Amino acid sequence: MIEVKNVHFTYPSGVEALQGVSLKIRNGEFVAIMGQNGAGKTTLVKHFNGLLKPSKGNVLVDGMDTRDVSVATLARKVGFVFQNPDHQLFSETVEEEIAFALRNFGFKENVIKRRVTWALNLLGLTQYRKTSPFMLSGGERKRVALASVLAWNPKILILDEPTIGQDYGQKEKLRQFILQMKAQKKTVVIVTHDVEFVAECNPRVVLMSNGKIVADGEARKILTSPEILEKAAIIPPEISRVFLELSEFGFPTNVIDVYEAGEIILDFWEAKNREHV
Amino acid sequence: MAIIETEKLTYTYPGAEKTSIENISIKIEEGEFVLLTGPSGCGKTTLCRCFNGLIPHFYEGKLEGKIQVVGLDVVKHPIHELAKHVGLVFQNPENQLFALSVEKDVAFGLENLGIPRKEIRQRVDWALKTTDIYHLRERPPYELSGGQQQRVAIASVLAMQPEVMVLDEPTSFLDPLGAKRIFEDIHKLNKELGITIILVEHRLDLTAKYANRIIIMDNGKVILNGKPREILDSEKARLIGIGIPKVTRLYQFLNGKGMRLNYVPLSSEEMAKKLKEVFKQ
Repeated sequence: MIEVKNVHFTYPSGVEALQGVSLKIRNGEFVAIMGQNGAGKTTLVKHFNGLLKPSKGNVLVDGMDTRDVSVATLARKVGFVFQNPDHQLFSETVEEEIAFALRNFGFKENVIKRRVTWALNLLGLTQYRKTSPFMLSGGERKRVALASVLAWNPKILILDEPTIGQDYGQKEKLRQFILQMKAQKKTVVIVTHDVEFVAECNPRVVLMSNGKIVADGEARKILTSPEILEKAAIIPPEISRVFLELSEFGFPTNVIDVYEAGEIILDFWEAKNREHV
Repeated sequence: MAIIETEKLTYTYPGAEKTSIENISIKIEEGEFVLLTGPSGCGKTTLCRCFNGLIPHFYEGKLEGKIQVVGLDVVKHPIHELAKHVGLVFQNPENQLFALSVEKDVAFGLENLGIPRKEIRQRVDWALKTTDIYHLRERPPYELSGGQQQRVAIASVLAMQPEVMVLDEPTSFLDPLGAKRIFEDIHKLNKELGITIILVEHRLDLTAKYANRIIIMDNGKVILNGKPREILDSEKARLIGIGIPKVTRLYQFLNGKGMRLNYVPLSSEEMAKKLKEVFKQ
C-alpha cells in the first residue's frame, strides 16, 4: 500500500511542484495518474520509490516512511520505468541491460538467466538479446527499459508514460500484461496522457492540475466529464466525444468503450426503425 | 513534379545484416499532408532520415535506389543544403536541443544560413508564438518539461520555413490538449503556407482527419499507400495491427450489424454528425 499524506514538494529552483497531495493506493490497484504537462505527476510518482523525499508531509510504502529507507531497499518493492528510456539504459547489449539490476540484487546466475529470457520473451525482444539498446527504435528501447524492471518482479510497478512510441499491438500487449499483474495482486501505477489507452483499460483515474489532485474515480466517470478534464488539459476519448454530442437523443454520456457504444446505437436505431414500420 | 520521389529505395545501417527499408517507391506531391505509420521498428524513422539526407551523409551504411527531394538528389547534396528545404523534428527533443536559451536554439539554424538579423528576430518570434512558447524564450531548454522541449524542437524547424516538414512523433510527450494544438498548427502550416507535411504517428485517433494520404509500413516495406478512409477501413490495415481510430472501429461494428452509414468517419465530430443525420431522418 502507498500512502501519501499531505505532501508538498519544492524543487531547488523554487517551483512548488506538489501542493498538499493526499492519496491512498491499495495493493492490487491499477491507477492512472493523468494531467497536463507540469502538473506534478512525475514528481508525485518519484516519491513512491523514494527518488524524491517530500519537503513537507509523508509518503509511506507498506508502512515504511520513504525518508527512513534507502532507494535501494525500496527498489526491490517498487519498480520504476522512466518516461525517457535513454535516462535508464546504458549497457552494451539488451541482455546485459536486463541482467544488471538482477546482479545488483544478488540473484543467482541461473535465476538471472531464466528471468532475462522470460522478460525478453514477454516484451517481444528475444531477437535483440545481443543487440545494443542504442541500435533499437524509440519504441523498442522503451520496452527494454520495461523489461529490465519487470525482471526483478517488483510488487509495485510504476510506469511513466508507458505507451509513448508504442504501436497498437504493443499497447494491447501492455494492457494484457497490466491486467495480469493486477490478477496477481500487484499494484500498477501509470502516468499517462494517453486517454484512449486509459479508456480501454478502465483503471482508477487520479487527475492532477497545478500540483494538486483535482479528481479521483473510475475512468468511465472521469474521462466523460469534460468540465473536470479541461482543468487538466485532457480531451475526452473519441467514443465519449461522440456520445456527448448525441445527448439530445437521450444517450448516456458515460460511455468510453467501442462495443458498448455500438450496442447502444444499434438498440436506438432498431427501436426507431420499428416506430416507422 | 513530385516534391519527394523515391525509387526502389533500400537501406542497410552500417554493420547491420538486415535491410531497414526495402524497395520503397513513393511519390509525394507538393502540399500533401501524409501520415506515415506502421508497427514500431518497421522503418518509418529510417525512411524519414533519408528525406533530409541524414541517410546516407551522417549514418553512412548502404543506400541503393533513387531519392529526390525538392528536385535535389539526396545522395549528391549535403545535409546543410537539404536542411533549407526539409526540416526534421525528432522523436526525442533532447537529441535536438543544445543552446542555453530557447530563443538561441530556435535562431541557430537561421544564423547558420546567414539570414539578416532583423528577419531572424521576426521569424524566431513568429515560430515561438505559433508553438505557444514565446513566454519561455529566455529559459534554458534543459530546464523545461518534455512537452515544452518538444515545442522548442518544432519551433526551431518551423523558423527555417522549409518546403517540407518531417515530424517523427512530434507530440508524444505532450498532454492531449497540447498535442491537439500542435496537430492543428501543423495542419495550418499545411493549409495556409502550403508546407508539405510528413507526420509519423501511431495515434491515428488524433491525426487521421488531417491527412490526405496514409502510408503504412511493415517490415521495412510500404504495405498500403492511399486515401485515409479507404486505408483505415481495409482488412489489410486491421491485420497489420495499426491503431484504427475508435470511431472507425465503431463504424465497422455498426456496418457489420447491418447499420450502414456509407461514410467512414475519421473523427468523433464526423461520426456524431453522421449519426445525427441518420437519427433525424
